[in-house]
Amino acid sequence: MINSKHPRILRGLPLAAAALLSGCQGGILDPKGQIAADEKSLIITATVLMLLVVVPVILMTLGFAWKYRAGNKSAAYDPKWSHSGKIEAVVWIIPIIIVSFLAVITWNSTHKLDPYRPLDSDKKPITIQVVSLDWKWLFIYPELNIASVNQLAFPANTPVNFKITSDAAMNSFFIPQLGGQIYSMAGMQTKLHLIANEPGSYDGMSANYSGAGFSGMKFKAIATASPAEFDAWVKQVRSGKPLDPTSYAQLLNPSENNPVQHFSSVTPGLFYGVLNKYMAGHQTAMEAGLSPIQLAALTKSLCKTPVVKE
Amino acid sequence: MTSHATALHDTHAHDHEHHDSGASTQLGFWLYLMTDCILFASAFAAYAVLFGNVNGGVAGKEIFELKYVLVETFALLFSSITYGFAMISGHKGSKAGLLGWLAVTFLFGAVFIGMELHEFGTLIAEGHGPDKSAFLSGFFALVGMHGLHVTAGLIWMAVMMLEVIKTGLTGRAMTRLNCLSMFWHFLDIVWICVFTVVYLKGAI
Amino acid sequence: MLLGKLTLDAIPFHEPIIMGALSGAGLMGLAVIAAITKFGKWGYLWKEWLTSVDHKKIGVMYIIVALVMLLRGFADAAMMRTQLAMATNGHLGIFPPEHYDQIFTAHGVIMIIFMAMPFMTGLMNIVVPLQIGARDVAFPFLNSLSFWLLVAAAALVNLSLGVGEFARTGWVAYPPLSELAYSPGVGVDYYIWALQISGIGTTLTAINFLVTILKMRTPGMKLMQMPIFTWTCTWANVLIVTSFPILTGALAMLTLDRYLDFHFFTSEAGGNPMMYLNLFWAWGHPEVYILVLPAFGIFSEVVSTFAGKRLFGHTSMIIASGVISVLGFMVWLHHFFTMGSGANVNAFFGIATMVISVPTGVKLFNWLFTIYRGRLRFTSPVLWTLGFMVTFSIGGMTGVLMAVPGADFVLHNSLFLIAHFHNTIIGGAVFGYLAGFVFWFPKAFGFKLDERLGKAAFWFWQTGFYFAFVPLYILGFMGMTRRLNHTDNPLWTPWLYAACIGAVLIALGIGCQLLQIVVSLRNRKQLADVTGDPWNAHTLEWSTSSPPPFYNFAKLPQVHDIDAFTDMKEKGVAYQVPQQYAPIHMPKNTAAGVYIGGFTLVCGFALIWHIWWLAIVGLIGIIGSMLARAYDNDIDYYVQPDEIEAIERERFEKMGIDFDRYDERDQGTARPRPAKTLEQV
Repeated sequence: MINSKHPRILRGLPLAAAALLSGCQGGILDPKGQIAADEKSLIITATVLMLLVVVPVILMTLGFAWKYRAGNKSAAYDPKWSHSGKIEAVVWIIPIIIVSFLAVITWNSTHKLDPYRPLDSDKKPITIQVVSLDWKWLFIYPELNIASVNQLAFPANTPVNFKITSDAAMNSFFIPQLGGQIYSMAGMQTKLHLIANEPGSYDGMSANYSGAGFSGMKFKAIATASPAEFDAWVKQVRSGKPLDPTSYAQLLNPSENNPVQHFSSVTPGLFYGVLNKYMAGHQTAMEAGLSPIQLAALTKSLCKTPVVKE
Repeated sequence: MTSHATALHDTHAHDHEHHDSGASTQLGFWLYLMTDCILFASAFAAYAVLFGNVNGGVAGKEIFELKYVLVETFALLFSSITYGFAMISGHKGSKAGLLGWLAVTFLFGAVFIGMELHEFGTLIAEGHGPDKSAFLSGFFALVGMHGLHVTAGLIWMAVMMLEVIKTGLTGRAMTRLNCLSMFWHFLDIVWICVFTVVYLKGAI
Repeated sequence: MLLGKLTLDAIPFHEPIIMGALSGAGLMGLAVIAAITKFGKWGYLWKEWLTSVDHKKIGVMYIIVALVMLLRGFADAAMMRTQLAMATNGHLGIFPPEHYDQIFTAHGVIMIIFMAMPFMTGLMNIVVPLQIGARDVAFPFLNSLSFWLLVAAAALVNLSLGVGEFARTGWVAYPPLSELAYSPGVGVDYYIWALQISGIGTTLTAINFLVTILKMRTPGMKLMQMPIFTWTCTWANVLIVTSFPILTGALAMLTLDRYLDFHFFTSEAGGNPMMYLNLFWAWGHPEVYILVLPAFGIFSEVVSTFAGKRLFGHTSMIIASGVISVLGFMVWLHHFFTMGSGANVNAFFGIATMVISVPTGVKLFNWLFTIYRGRLRFTSPVLWTLGFMVTFSIGGMTGVLMAVPGADFVLHNSLFLIAHFHNTIIGGAVFGYLAGFVFWFPKAFGFKLDERLGKAAFWFWQTGFYFAFVPLYILGFMGMTRRLNHTDNPLWTPWLYAACIGAVLIALGIGCQLLQIVVSLRNRKQLADVTGDPWNAHTLEWSTSSPPPFYNFAKLPQVHDIDAFTDMKEKGVAYQVPQQYAPIHMPKNTAAGVYIGGFTLVCGFALIWHIWWLAIVGLIGIIGSMLARAYDNDIDYYVQPDEIEAIERERFEKMGIDFDRYDERDQGTARPRPAKTLEQV
């Protein structure tokens, strides 16, 4: 009975191992950016460390069960043996040691991989403002004064600073091959710093369920091979129509599997206007480079139905 | 044998049993109060988080009238003391004393609830209802939840007064009065926290 | 106006799948009602079961609810796996999002709140009073009320299938998605009231059992001598008492937002949706330990019984459970590392989470060393236990991996997460409950379950589990997120097929279990347990007959050791006939719980559909029934010694012990002592 257990376990492990080794094309084990690569090696280190305990436990479970089966009269039988200071000490101390190692790794990696930490690079980072909408992604390039929906481009090997918010339910901004995700929340600004080490077109998505059209909330993140290629993309985007309160109102209408859209220009401070819809004032105006009155007017123009009570 | 056991049950066992199961009831009720305490803690936490989110509307210091709330507070504090007197009378076996003090307690509790309702009514009439801002939502929910508890306590108290009038100071009635006593004092303690965290801190 | 928001449109006539499911359920219901009527069992059912305050019968009813809801929740799971196996490469499958989103929400809510919780509560009800040598719980009526509140809540969830809709928010119902602005329908309201009502029932149960355990242990049983299952239930109840009020509070705030235009969690007017995440998980994380700790207790009982050995490290098991309970409250933030809390906060909660693996690891080692130098009999409860030890180790490992924030950033909300928590909840809690089901079934019903089908069920479940969830781990690594309605990545497709096969295997396992019950019922004569101790077990529940008499113990046992019954067997005092029996004080059955549950259902339904007058009727009904119960003086009675003697005589004679031989009788002091079962609330 217990013997037939082995094939099943052994079947599961190579599957997992094969998946690990093949790199799961396009997934988190096939990183194309520094952050994702660090996160992958963190996963592997932590897993190996834990296997040091888990594998012996599984083997001991099967081994002990087989050795001390009722039919095996040659094995020792000691029905009252229920305490051993030595064993108790070992079973508390070994997990504590492993967890201590993991804790150190966790502390260091959490700080190193903190999504809010700007990346070290000699290149000037590019800033992209991200707004999740029902059910699409809006990307605003404040420095270039352009915007796009469900398509994102930036030069490879250049750090990208994402500033993220939502004008809908909560979503999570995630490009698996480039690094970890972060929530997008209405009235709040989260930050994410990523870099692509190789040019390519990577899948991006919302990782947090946000309603009926959630499955179609996907985009491509294009890391261009050269600045020229990126400029070409920017040029293409500039051929679109402008993003102003009117076209933004259209974006606010829920839509599923929204096609890629390009916007030639963006009303200044639009991202902060969106943020400001849900949290009155604070430092938003300063960050937006607008006066509080300008920001309030912008915010009002961005509300389909006015939410901020004046 | 059977008759012997029945006799036992009729005399000593009966008292012992009532005493014992009363203790279980009180322990159970105390545990319930601890769950209630955590429920209040959640409401306090929510209030603290939302305190600053006035949404361009009024803040605490613009709407809280400390003197008014102080009167409310004393009404509730006195009701706790008078409930204590009621229990003392009850333990002495004085039915009239117990009923009298309970009536006084009820009156203080009713004053408290009346004043709170008046406060809520005024705020809503002035356009500061719970739908206006997260701060006001947190305020109305926390203070209102306490008020609901006090109201439930008042109904319970009325029921207990009827029970004592009808059946006298039975073991069952005393166990229930003890539970109500814990409930009432608990609400007093919660109110002191409400007064401090909401009104005092808000008015500063 | 009279019916609030309720109109005929609420019934989904145009949805063939729902109408099919409804008519199927309706037909089954009619068949059951017809059968009860035909055999004239309504009176028996009402008097002996529905109005019962006997903890054993309430426990059985809890488990029946759990099994019915398991079928419902599994049907949801099967639909999800089918949808995802079909909706690939541009196909949209059979369920559009507005239906599919309800399915996965219902699956989560049902499996956690209406399958796992009642299964755990049912086992606790049957076993804990017996294990501590008590005659009932501290508040038998309250116990019945808790059960009927659960039934009312479960009824609401099932009503949502036919009347209106269920929430489309995921089982966590995060705002602002669950707020009126994004979920204007009644789905979230069904969710809120179902959870709220069942949560109140759960809290009352926990209070009831804590008082029972603290106040009603048999003479001689010290706290540290309580059986390990009772101990793990104690910790679970402590967690319930401390965490469920937080859920109550969070849901109440969401209710105020939706009903009275408050702004706790709305995006606008200064509300803070992230506060809901914090409150929800401050309940939600302890909740998983509430589910799994009693399962740990079951594994401990099973291992020590079938290894024929005392549990290794009884005390350290108790301490480990306690440490898990305390730490379980300090880790809720690991459910949303991706909220952007900052590195220090994330690292703290990550490390706190890992620390939980230390006491959990200790438990695993203790089970191992219980097997060590034992004589392990490979019964089906043992198979579930070994399957658990292997499977849970993997689930624990993936859990610790996700506790590393840097790893969680890429694994969060992916199918890896889904695989992880199913690995711990199925491989931990559910395997435990199923082991406990087989283990204590003879105690509750007087006959054992068929072993061959039981083992077949285990192997189907176990292989099905790996087929269903290893692919999800891999899909998580491949970047597939949860709650997707359709996919278009050809690399994912084979794994989605494999997962679907896993669901089929688990379905076969469940089929084996249903068949097992039928076959065992038919063969109950051959499978009968005459002694009350079919497994040669250690604890007091096995010292009385199977099924136990309604008063559990004719004479309260005296405890001298951890394994109290083994101790009695070794000293030769396990089956002694007492010199004389004393009257036993017992509670009378009452229908008050049924009525209050019924009025709660009416009130909940009315609140969901904004039928205010009906809600008031329901509320008045609840309060009125409670007062009627509070002033009912006819709530208890004494079982007289001659009745007890007749019942005990029958038991001992079945076992072949001469009831009248005086020298076999206990010479100890059998004096009439009052039972502690009178309830006064």
